[in-house]
Amino acid sequence: MEFQIIWFVLWAVLWAVYFMLDGFDLGAGILQRFLAKNESERRAIVSSIGPVWDGNEVWLLTAGGATFAAFPTTYALMFSYLYTALLLILFALILRGVAMELRGKEDSDRWRSNWDIALLVGSFLPALLFGVAFGNIFQGLPMDAAGYHGNLFTLLNPYGLLTGVFFVLLFIMHGALFISVKTSGDLSPRALKFANKSWYALLVVAVLFLIHTNFATKLYDNFVGSPVLFAVPLLAVVSLLAIKAFAAKGSSLKAFIASCLTILTVTFTGVIGLFPNLIPSNLDTRYSLTIFNSSSSPYTLKIMTAVALIFVPIVIVYQAWNYRIFKQKIDPSEMLKKGESY
Amino acid sequence: MDALTLSRLQFAVTAGFHFIFVPLTLGLSLLVAFMESKYVRTGDEMYLRMTKFWGKLFLINFALGIVTGITLEFQFGMNWAEYSKYVGDIFGAPLAIEATLAFFLESTFIGLWIFGWDKISKKLHAASIWIVAIAANLSALWILLANGWMQKPVGYLLRNGRAEMVDFGALVTNSYGWSKFFHTVLSGYVAAAFFVMGISAYHILRKNELPFFKASFRMAAFFGLLTSLFVFVAGDFHGREVADTQPTKLAAMEAVWETQRAAPFHLLAVPDTQNEKNSVEAIGIPKMLSYLSYHDGNAEIKGLKEFPAEMRPPVLATFLSFRVMVALGMLFILLAVMAWLVSRKDALESNPLLLKIMLYAIPLPYIAIQLGWIVAEVGRQPWIVYGLLKTSDAVSKAITPGQVILSLAGFTLLYGFLAIVDIYLLFKNAKKGPEEGPSVIVKRPGIVPAKQEA
Repeated sequence: MEFQIIWFVLWAVLWAVYFMLDGFDLGAGILQRFLAKNESERRAIVSSIGPVWDGNEVWLLTAGGATFAAFPTTYALMFSYLYTALLLILFALILRGVAMELRGKEDSDRWRSNWDIALLVGSFLPALLFGVAFGNIFQGLPMDAAGYHGNLFTLLNPYGLLTGVFFVLLFIMHGALFISVKTSGDLSPRALKFANKSWYALLVVAVLFLIHTNFATKLYDNFVGSPVLFAVPLLAVVSLLAIKAFAAKGSSLKAFIASCLTILTVTFTGVIGLFPNLIPSNLDTRYSLTIFNSSSSPYTLKIMTAVALIFVPIVIVYQAWNYRIFKQKIDPSEMLKKGESY
Repeated sequence: MDALTLSRLQFAVTAGFHFIFVPLTLGLSLLVAFMESKYVRTGDEMYLRMTKFWGKLFLINFALGIVTGITLEFQFGMNWAEYSKYVGDIFGAPLAIEATLAFFLESTFIGLWIFGWDKISKKLHAASIWIVAIAANLSALWILLANGWMQKPVGYLLRNGRAEMVDFGALVTNSYGWSKFFHTVLSGYVAAAFFVMGISAYHILRKNELPFFKASFRMAAFFGLLTSLFVFVAGDFHGREVADTQPTKLAAMEAVWETQRAAPFHLLAVPDTQNEKNSVEAIGIPKMLSYLSYHDGNAEIKGLKEFPAEMRPPVLATFLSFRVMVALGMLFILLAVMAWLVSRKDALESNPLLLKIMLYAIPLPYIAIQLGWIVAEVGRQPWIVYGLLKTSDAVSKAITPGQVILSLAGFTLLYGFLAIVDIYLLFKNAKKGPEEGPSVIVKRPGIVPAKQEA
């Protein structure tokens, strides 16, 4: 019993960390063409996420792999039910990665400009579709004894789309703050200014999301059941407000940390609301996939717990160390001199 | 076509495409790591330039390997949900471990290696490419332990309507997985050795940067010699593993229809599936097949007729793939020995024919590797997990043929596009040669600066 709960927590942590880390890559990827005024700034934005995007994306692979190992039935049904949405995410992530790695491999404006469009599409689609997918998981999928009764278009319902827009705005702001932290020159204040402005849109959508969640999902039931849990969404709200407070004062690093916290707590809020479901059924709760009816055997969970508890902290240590090595701000005016860059 | 056939086709396309990039990553990461270590040890700038030149080709290839890999993990759930439900308890573990142990290391340290040139010490920089190389090979180990389990399921019990893991140790020590691991990574090393030799040969033929490319060639020739021999030995081990666990695959690989003791090996054979015999069978070497399969000339080989037709893999594809792979493997040893001897005597420039052969040999290891996968995967049919679960029972119930047609078309287009970009960039950068280093005289086509000959 308890291993399933450990894995539920780990599952939440893996997704939350993935959104927190790749969130700024995706946001920066969406903003790259719009925030940058020239090639050196475009290159600076790609270089700011260049050394880390791949390591960040592995959190997604690990979240997927962990779902497979710990909750194989959920993995199987979630991935086959959301087939087309996941396929689009996959294509987009492939484009995004290739765009970043190859844009600098040929000295041609057209070449770079085409890859920058690929980067935009490849960053926007996953941000939107992860939101749509999680929005639909929050409200439950239409599944019963006969299987699944939905398709890509049923996923694009109002609540799913609202969650998608919420994710996009969250990641855009997160990315803008990251760019502001990681670059110098004119680009940094411009990115911060953008974050300051886009925060209002985020706020509006976040409020709509919180209200709509009450009507479209049963997420709040767990919180009403044990009100102490309200601390998590409360922290989400506080950190969302803190983003603005810090950004308005021009302190982009603190605002970025607040936005990391926002993404973590928003994800946790959703996942706590799901418990003990991983994917609820909105037709018949007997067919909900829970951490108990879709999990691996206790033996497998025990082994995987040992693996996760030993290696995930090690990963965090060396990834943090990697961020420290690249902590220096990127100066767009230096970009064009370097041969070995994006 | 139904969702099953389409899903199989899609898995073949996506896995086959991913596996164009992986072997080179496995081997070239090691070669680049050797080069950079040599630079750190000797301080010789040429090795730095080698690291950067081969490193650039490595990175183009690496990027495609990374982005196409994520597809495979997703596909088990997307297209093979029944499989994932049935075996996820034991099969999911190595996949999750692969991500946690290997992918994180690989992806974090590749970022450090690409961008860390002026941020970390030389030693740490060289160490980071070693970590990438080790992590890539570690990832191969875990995915092949997972695949090894599909070939020879161990350490499980059928319980609660699925295969549940009861012995993690058995999964990790599965001899099939390990022999497959060695055979597979070594084949990747051969591919990298031939890649480096071939491109070096191109430049030596044109008298470009001779010391640079001769040194590259020598290093790759030595690596190629060792690995093409070892891949053969590992293949022999692996073959016996197949003989012990999958009699249908062995029989199809060798096109043996009748069960027989002291089975001969026919140099020439053409299987005829319809009539359950070989339409041509010539130049038999007595007892050879029994010996090769079991290291015992009198051992019994089970024939295909021993099994009902629907339990046999496609014979012709398995047989031909295996034959051609083995023939190529022998050719690699021959070429590697010649390349090594000639490069050791420093006689490469006076052997343009060999250089030309080495240039055109670049695709051959790729072909051999793809054929090896066909033997492994097609030869296992009709099973997805040998003896436990049929491929036809493994496909997702929720997907429609229309969905898979769209996704297959999408993958084909996207991957086709990526292949064109990759080939274009590799050709361009391989032809261009290394960036000019501070100690090198500007080269002109056809003129060899005297200093370079020294």
